[in-house]
Amino acid sequence: MRQSHRLNNIGLINRDKVITFNFNGKSYQGYEGDTLASALLANGVHLVGRSFKYHRPRGFIGAGVDEPNAKLQVTINGHSEPNINATEIELVEGLSATSQNCWPSVEFDIGAINNFLKRFFPAGFYYKTFMWPKSFWYKVYEPFIRKAAGLGVASLEKDKERYEHKFEYCDLLVTGSGPSGLASAYAAAKNGAKVILAEDKPRYGGTLLTDDVSIDNMSGKDWSEKIISELKTMPNVTLKNRSQVFGYYDHNMMVMFERVGDHLSNKSKYTPRQRLWYIRAKETILSTGSIERPIVFGNNDTPGVVLSSAAKEYMKVYGVLVGRKPIIFTNNDSAYETAFEFKKNNVEPIILDTREEHDSEVVQEAKNKGIQIKFSYGVIVANGYKKVKSAKIGKLTKDKKSFESTETINCDCICVSGFWTPTVHLASQSGNKLKFDEKIDAFIPDKSKQNEKTIGAANGSFTLQETIESGFKTGSELSSKITDKNNENKIPTVTETKFSVHDKFWCMPLPKNENPKRFVDFQNDVAVSDIEIALREGYRSIEHVKRYTTLGMATDQGRTSNLNGLQMVSNIENKIVPEVGHTTFRPPFTPITIGTIVGREVGMEFMPTRKTPMHEWHEKNNAVFVDAGAWKRPRYYKQGNETLLEASKREAKNVRENVGICDVTTLGKIDIKGPDAAEFLNRVYTNAWLKLPVGKARYGVMLREDGMIMDDGTTTRISENHYHMTTTTAQAANVLSHLEYYLQIVWPELNVNVVSTTEQWAGAAIAGPKSRDMLSKLFPDLDVSNEALPFMGYIESNLFGVPARIFRISFSGELAYEVNVESNYGLFMWEKMMEIGQEFNNQPYGTEALSTLRIEMGHVAGPELDGRTIPQDVSLDGLVSKKKDFIGKNSLDKEAFTLENRQKIVGLVPTDRKSSIPEGSHLVENEKAKLPNPKLGHVSSSCWSVENNNPFSLAIVNDGKNMIGKKLFAVSPLKNTSIEVEIISSHYVDPEGKRVRS
Amino acid sequence: MLHINCPFCGLRAQKEFAYGGDATVKRPEINREVSKEEWDNFVYMRKSPRGKHIELWHHISGCRQWFKVQRDTATHEIFKTAKMSEEIV
Repeated sequence: MRQSHRLNNIGLINRDKVITFNFNGKSYQGYEGDTLASALLANGVHLVGRSFKYHRPRGFIGAGVDEPNAKLQVTINGHSEPNINATEIELVEGLSATSQNCWPSVEFDIGAINNFLKRFFPAGFYYKTFMWPKSFWYKVYEPFIRKAAGLGVASLEKDKERYEHKFEYCDLLVTGSGPSGLASAYAAAKNGAKVILAEDKPRYGGTLLTDDVSIDNMSGKDWSEKIISELKTMPNVTLKNRSQVFGYYDHNMMVMFERVGDHLSNKSKYTPRQRLWYIRAKETILSTGSIERPIVFGNNDTPGVVLSSAAKEYMKVYGVLVGRKPIIFTNNDSAYETAFEFKKNNVEPIILDTREEHDSEVVQEAKNKGIQIKFSYGVIVANGYKKVKSAKIGKLTKDKKSFESTETINCDCICVSGFWTPTVHLASQSGNKLKFDEKIDAFIPDKSKQNEKTIGAANGSFTLQETIESGFKTGSELSSKITDKNNENKIPTVTETKFSVHDKFWCMPLPKNENPKRFVDFQNDVAVSDIEIALREGYRSIEHVKRYTTLGMATDQGRTSNLNGLQMVSNIENKIVPEVGHTTFRPPFTPITIGTIVGREVGMEFMPTRKTPMHEWHEKNNAVFVDAGAWKRPRYYKQGNETLLEASKREAKNVRENVGICDVTTLGKIDIKGPDAAEFLNRVYTNAWLKLPVGKARYGVMLREDGMIMDDGTTTRISENHYHMTTTTAQAANVLSHLEYYLQIVWPELNVNVVSTTEQWAGAAIAGPKSRDMLSKLFPDLDVSNEALPFMGYIESNLFGVPARIFRISFSGELAYEVNVESNYGLFMWEKMMEIGQEFNNQPYGTEALSTLRIEMGHVAGPELDGRTIPQDVSLDGLVSKKKDFIGKNSLDKEAFTLENRQKIVGLVPTDRKSSIPEGSHLVENEKAKLPNPKLGHVSSSCWSVENNNPFSLAIVNDGKNMIGKKLFAVSPLKNTSIEVEIISSHYVDPEGKRVRS
Repeated sequence: MLHINCPFCGLRAQKEFAYGGDATVKRPEINREVSKEEWDNFVYMRKSPRGKHIELWHHISGCRQWFKVQRDTATHEIFKTAKMSEEIV
């Protein structure tokens, strides 16, 4: 297929490699090195999308990150992504793109009816229209807005691509490889600094690729290539193209988005698609350049209206003509170069310059070239719906508020230039308060808050000479601070056109009785009239105007619209722009993919997985696992077609009747040593610890300073100055930090050391009436009688030669032991237990049976110790010492904690003895009461009591102990259940605790 | 992300650390009678200054030491870090 608007002999694309792609169902061709935008323009395609609110036809305005319109749904390798900027994505074989926000097609879009109803869609339309009736919000308004206002469609498929994160440190990060960036990176590299040079485009050089300049008698492009090739040979330099530094964070941390594989047509499976770089730089140079802003005029969103710099870039970089009958509409000298480029390519432009009869170097050159210039002229309105066909132009009166005359001329594109806006986003993100530069009508960085220096066009200097000089100087200064070297640089000789002063003119007036839309913000369809409405309705702060009109919001962050919007507000308000101020710049500067943010942390890599040494055995024996923090714990061991409930009942019952073993490796274990260890424990736990003898364990509860229970567990005195503490699986890390806090900060005089040994010990609980028999077979040489190893006793022994610690402790409420061996022997221990346990009908049990056993015993765990309960709430009054001080003690006599009707733990059974009570159910007196129904408590833990063969729950209820015998309703709006329950004691099984001591 | 100079390990990324609150709060001594007001001040009352603040950080993914950091709460500038035994003035 013919590329109708492709030029010969110009451009940096690779004409040897033709690439076929698809746009809205039609096949087109472009070249390697094209962007999707340049390839479409080469085929004469301007209409690519419909606007956000009015569904107006839209085309390309820019050629890079400045583009507000050309956001397409792009599919590459079967992966579809919305809102891809056509001016940034590189053409690859098989790329397929479709327009967004239009139906049935971009050519004929039903939604365009909004354009004719536009007087009903003013600024603040959403706020005004969708406020009432309230009931309409979910069912009518929200679906309508979602359907009407969305841009692209997010893919529901799993993202198969690979994304990476990288952490990097450097002396100097240079963001942008234009003239100032290249000069500063070069100077710093010569001083031996570790330099990263980031360029968001595939080609280095920035404006050097398009400006008519000469450096050391080379073209800008050749000079940039020379510098780059030299930088490439230097080991202290990292060059990164296709890399956008999009965020400037604290302590000189920059985040960069690198497109690694998007442009590769056949990348390997292991090549990431995109990579996120966290770069900590000692110094940063922001050489981010500037973005051309448009002049606002009627129907200035018609496809064919482009920025003059973009038109030049399409010609010089891509060899593409945006039109054959161009109008250059400008208020400054720089756009003349676009006219010269057209002329060079045998296209006759006409220049409309808003300045009065003007003389400068470029004006002379244009006259010499025979280019027609109309001074004091501007475009009033672009004619044509899907493409510019003609323009109504006018000669401005002296005050530039009306016209001396108007006429209509034919054209097929309007290249507009309203002067240049420095790209100050990163500087602003770094904390730099911007200042307004009257000379260029724009904000530039002021005083640096971090180690950042903005140079070149981003700093408002628009001559190459100045830019290159400041580049060499700044790069050299910043790097010599770090490396102590000071290499002499020869500043190159620059030849460039001197630009004269621009016209402070930014919006065309309208003739009487004409009212076409004049867009300030293209991406959000914000017109001049919308800003007028916002101001008329009393919005004064620029931040409020932004939110009410949506000016400068959305993905382009108002790159082309912010300053025009500010000028508009300042004009109407009769304030100067610095008084109006500017809205806040926030990262990311350009949109980045969610995949890049997430990186490799997906699926199994989402977080680390902790497996116990017995994990493999559990897997082989049909364990169904449950996540306990990062740990994988067997929830139950499935036999045949068992359900969770059936399996857990079987396992729990077997513990009550015979014996079972449970992998308790995941419990937190902390080794505590030192002469003051007993005193320390005495302060940490609520009960007394000073008199615990060696070889004994004790159950303890620790509080936070506010009196709430933090954790519980047993601690065993291994020897005189050595203790072994266990914590719950969930609180292990918090408890260690808690202990370290008190030892290092509050009581540094205590001579105690703590260290986590969770991973060093493997643990198995043996529980059930036959556990002693089983233990005696595991340790045949050991006396395990009740006298030798009583409840809460501790013995060290060896398990078939493996050193083992045996604790007689019980969570299940049965006669039980816990055996610890060094982790490497965990599996050995487990297999020995399974082998020897056979004759006692031993079965392994998982966390579900474990919960069942502890719930029916009334033992508390995480759901009861939820950070809102004190010991008295959960029947642990007996553990609170009255004699000694401990962490949190002073809080326990708070009025709320000692109230008569304070919440207490109780047991619940359904009155029908059948219905399971969902955990989290609320307890109410009257299930049918009008909302809000007063809540008397909540269900914390539920199980099926294997002892009594009916459901049983633990609950925390106001005035709990006095409620025993009463009936309430457990209602769960989530599960849609309401169950009548009877309140009983929380100790449902063996309330005297005989079994553990048997 | 902050860059924090652990007095034991040197400059490390913020993700290695956990924040621990105001470092100038002193817990009332153990075994001492404490008035309700003093206790409540210790447990609940914290200043939220804009500007210089001496706070605790814990190098949880490193040496596991608690230490002091003097930081500007508005700009995040870190002026000094110190071991618990050292004073920041």
